[in-house]
Amino acid sequence: MRFFFHFGRYLLLLRQLFKKPENQRMYWDELFRQMVSIGINSLGIVVIISVFMGAVTTVQTAYQLVSGLVSKSIIGAIVSDSSILELGPTITSLVLAGKIGSSIASEIGTMRVTEQIDALEIMGVNAPGYLISPKILAAVITIPMLIILAISLSIGGGIFVGDLTGILSSQQFIEGARSSFLPFNVAFSLTKAFTFAFIISSVSAYQGYYTQGGSLEVGQASTRAVVFSCILILLSDYLLAQLLL
Amino acid sequence: MIEIKNISKSFGDRPVLNDISIKMLPGKVNMIIGASGSGKSVLMKLMVGLQQPDAGEILYDGADFVRMERGEKSEIRKQIGMLFQNSALFDSMTVEENVLFPLKMFNPKSPAENLDRVNFCLEHVGLSNTNHLYPAEISGGMKKRVGIARAIVLNPKYLFCDEPNSGLDPLTSILIDELIKEITIEFKITTIVNSHDMNSVMEIGDQIVYIYKGNKEWEGDKANILTTDNERLNQFVFATTFLQQFRDKSRSIKNS
Repeated sequence: MRFFFHFGRYLLLLRQLFKKPENQRMYWDELFRQMVSIGINSLGIVVIISVFMGAVTTVQTAYQLVSGLVSKSIIGAIVSDSSILELGPTITSLVLAGKIGSSIASEIGTMRVTEQIDALEIMGVNAPGYLISPKILAAVITIPMLIILAISLSIGGGIFVGDLTGILSSQQFIEGARSSFLPFNVAFSLTKAFTFAFIISSVSAYQGYYTQGGSLEVGQASTRAVVFSCILILLSDYLLAQLLL
Repeated sequence: MIEIKNISKSFGDRPVLNDISIKMLPGKVNMIIGASGSGKSVLMKLMVGLQQPDAGEILYDGADFVRMERGEKSEIRKQIGMLFQNSALFDSMTVEENVLFPLKMFNPKSPAENLDRVNFCLEHVGLSNTNHLYPAEISGGMKKRVGIARAIVLNPKYLFCDEPNSGLDPLTSILIDELIKEITIEFKITTIVNSHDMNSVMEIGDQIVYIYKGNKEWEGDKANILTTDNERLNQFVFATTFLQQFRDKSRSIKNS
């Protein structure tokens, strides 16, 4: 029963996001502020995890490839396909759920418990529209960009480490990657990116918006936002793979 | 004019307000007083539409606010300014941006005109040189004054103040009370103040409504609150031994 209560309230909250903005200029300003907060401020962590992701996958794939009959370029194919299909979108989104999800939930939750959301509503502002829709839109725009960057850097990390450690040359890596490349995989990866971006931002905003109590409850809402976002990312990852592949 | 008719509200099976009716005096300071937990904050939340009553009407110039469509409610809310107990300033914005926010959202004039209005309101509350400070950098009393500046920036018809003196020292409390009274008179606003501070009541209250356990127990003005026979209100007004002694001496002088 609790699931249906929360799911219904989540849908009702989302419905409020589509109301006409009171002042479009203010919403645009907020959207750009959120794009910086969600996108630009996450660049560092995305660069670090994706380079290491590609590097580690290259080393581990080489370790498992014991047969001398298989060409080394297959490592390039495995690493690039894994980066495009799973590592880039899913691992990056799980990390972003921790960073962005907790930030969104705690920001909105703090505004709720300190009556800032009440202040917006009394002014006549559609509080969910002003606070949540720019965040969701910013996430849906910037997270796929971050994921494209993560995929590129993961492949780059694989090429660099393969060359550096002598596992395979960069030419062999690229040859393998090109041989297995399917444009559909990129489209599939981007579908996942948009889905995960929506999940992270909307679930976290929901948790923050309905926070009740004080600072302790804000912390709990932030934790719930990360946990539910991660679970829903993994669940939708499976569903999308089952449906589209 | 604001009129509340037969308002009731419960949370679960716990009644919080029971059949309350009040007619607010236009252009005056209307004070709702009562002990903590008496239901006065809930009553204010119902009046501004943050919560829905179970029964009754809240009339703004004769129109029932409770049953209005969202769009109509938004129009009424543009005529409302509210000072929150904890000021509720936007943490991520400076003092200037906080006061500017309603203007930018609803009154798209030129930036220079908007800034003039912000500076006028900040000067009015005695905060001329704080434009670029953040809420975390100013005192509780200053936050309340910024909250008042933000509440009056759109020239509201109604000003709601929820516990405006809570957490303030006595001197700052008096300053805030004087500011509320001045603004009410100067801008001809109907002000509704929630308080349990008797100094405020005696300082600025034109009409006083006493709420006890969700029921309207007494209504009158400050001239007759000190001489009331209502035992519960007497206990509330003369809560301290010092005040009880003062009351007893006054009565003995009057009788002699």
